[in-house]
Amino acid sequence: MLRLALLVCLAASPLDAEEVVADLSQSRISITTDFDGSEILIFGAVRRETPIPADDPLQILITVEGPSEPVTVRRKARRYGIWVNADAVDVDSAPSFYAVATSAPWNEVISDVEDLRHDISTPRAIRSVGATIAGSEDFTEALIRIRTGQDLYQSRTGAIKFEQQTLFSTSVRLPANLHEGDYRARFFLTRKGQVVDMFETAIDVRKIGLERFLFRLSREDPLIYGIMSLAIAIMAGWGASAAFRVFRT
Amino acid sequence: MHIYLPIAEVSVDAFLLLGLGGFVGVLSGMFGVGGGFLMTPLLFFIGIPPAVAVATEANQIVASSFSGALAHLKRRTVDLKMGVVLLAGGLVGAALGVQIFNALKAIGQVELLVRLSYVVFLGTIGGLMFVESLKAIRRSRTGRPAQRYRKSQLVNVLPFKTKFRTSGIYISVIPPVAVGILVGVLAAIMGVGGGFIMVPAMIYVLGMPTKVVVGTSLFQIMFVTGFTTLLHATTNHTVDVVLAVLLLVGGVLGAQVGTRIGARLQAEQLRILLSLIVLAVCGKLALDLLVQPSEIYSLGAGAGH
Repeated sequence: MLRLALLVCLAASPLDAEEVVADLSQSRISITTDFDGSEILIFGAVRRETPIPADDPLQILITVEGPSEPVTVRRKARRYGIWVNADAVDVDSAPSFYAVATSAPWNEVISDVEDLRHDISTPRAIRSVGATIAGSEDFTEALIRIRTGQDLYQSRTGAIKFEQQTLFSTSVRLPANLHEGDYRARFFLTRKGQVVDMFETAIDVRKIGLERFLFRLSREDPLIYGIMSLAIAIMAGWGASAAFRVFRT
Repeated sequence: MHIYLPIAEVSVDAFLLLGLGGFVGVLSGMFGVGGGFLMTPLLFFIGIPPAVAVATEANQIVASSFSGALAHLKRRTVDLKMGVVLLAGGLVGAALGVQIFNALKAIGQVELLVRLSYVVFLGTIGGLMFVESLKAIRRSRTGRPAQRYRKSQLVNVLPFKTKFRTSGIYISVIPPVAVGILVGVLAAIMGVGGGFIMVPAMIYVLGMPTKVVVGTSLFQIMFVTGFTTLLHATTNHTVDVVLAVLLLVGGVLGAQVGTRIGARLQAEQLRILLSLIVLAVCGKLALDLLVQPSEIYSLGAGAGH
């Protein structure tokens, strides 16, 4: 028994003994009527039983991602003198929101092989198989470019403050045009480009109150929602004109 | 003050929406058009998804035409019989339009359809109206009496003739039904009430007197856009009631002001002003189609949806 315990201790090299412990300032984002984006503070520490290894420094990567969904990317071309959608590529799965932050320049933090294995960098987080059109990478590039412009994709190298290889903190800004769903935050601890430890936690992004009521009604009882919309419109229309008349006389 | 729209899923300044509603509402009251032809492109520009803009506009137009139609009903400037005939065509057209809209949405060409429809219809109607109004003004300056517009021969030979007492005309029901269908299709595809095409059609094709044209078109628009709203809500889930309410609060107040301004202006002046606005919107949309866009790629919901 003692020998077995000793064996386990020996098998666990100092590298494996480093563990990431992390938390978020909020694990629940509520989309209310006055929702104007939100900022999540991410912080944590590296727990280790042994002294800090003297070789290459420890690095950290953090991703925050929204639910993935298929996206069609279309490209316009000039036909008969006007610009129309000509070619299209279906991207099988792209996250609706994706932020990745690192503690150092990209190539110092992670190797390509590890990136491929864990789908960390933004192009890796997008899956596009079976694209039949030549140059389909232009389309995925465009997808990233457009969503980066909308603040939905954020790539922030070196944005994590990592002190004494133990304490780290960063923040991720969630834009106002956020979609609801089950989001997750992933933490990767790396050394020499290899992932040493990882940790994952969920963020619940939900519409609440009036937003939730209207959204659900529009999906579950669209006819009732439609009639309600009309009733509200007509009442407001009649009410406002009646108010205007009273105001004038 | 920013407000998150539950269906459009974007955050927009509430005062911007109120202001847009008010501005378009003034025009709506002055000309008896729903104002959707101006509002829908403006919504595209502030970042509302096109499908949501079109469907929500239909909902907003119901309210803005409701207050206008009430005012005209009180002044007895609505030809109810003609309104019902136009409405029958409108309902058929709206159902057809939503089918076309959904089919093109699936293949990613709905925005092109919307823009091309705008350019073609606004360009034609705006140009015709502008030329007509100029002629009318020149006539009144030279002192000659304005001629009553002659109905086309086609309207006279068609069957199912009936008397429209309020308008004082005796014509076949086929042209008004056809106009109604066309307007219904446009309501569903373009997110417009269709007043910009119905008003000239009533004057030039049906030969209705100008004083009942605005009220009657508002009457028809109110019901057709209501039906369109229900169709979009049940098939596309794209009606954003929060967006609609903000637009219409501004819109209804604007419409009241506009109706009063309109009553003080002469018909020719009104028409030349409307034609200029129509041509300006058409020009802007045509430019967008002709000039290379800064971003030639666009994103749409995937095939898996």
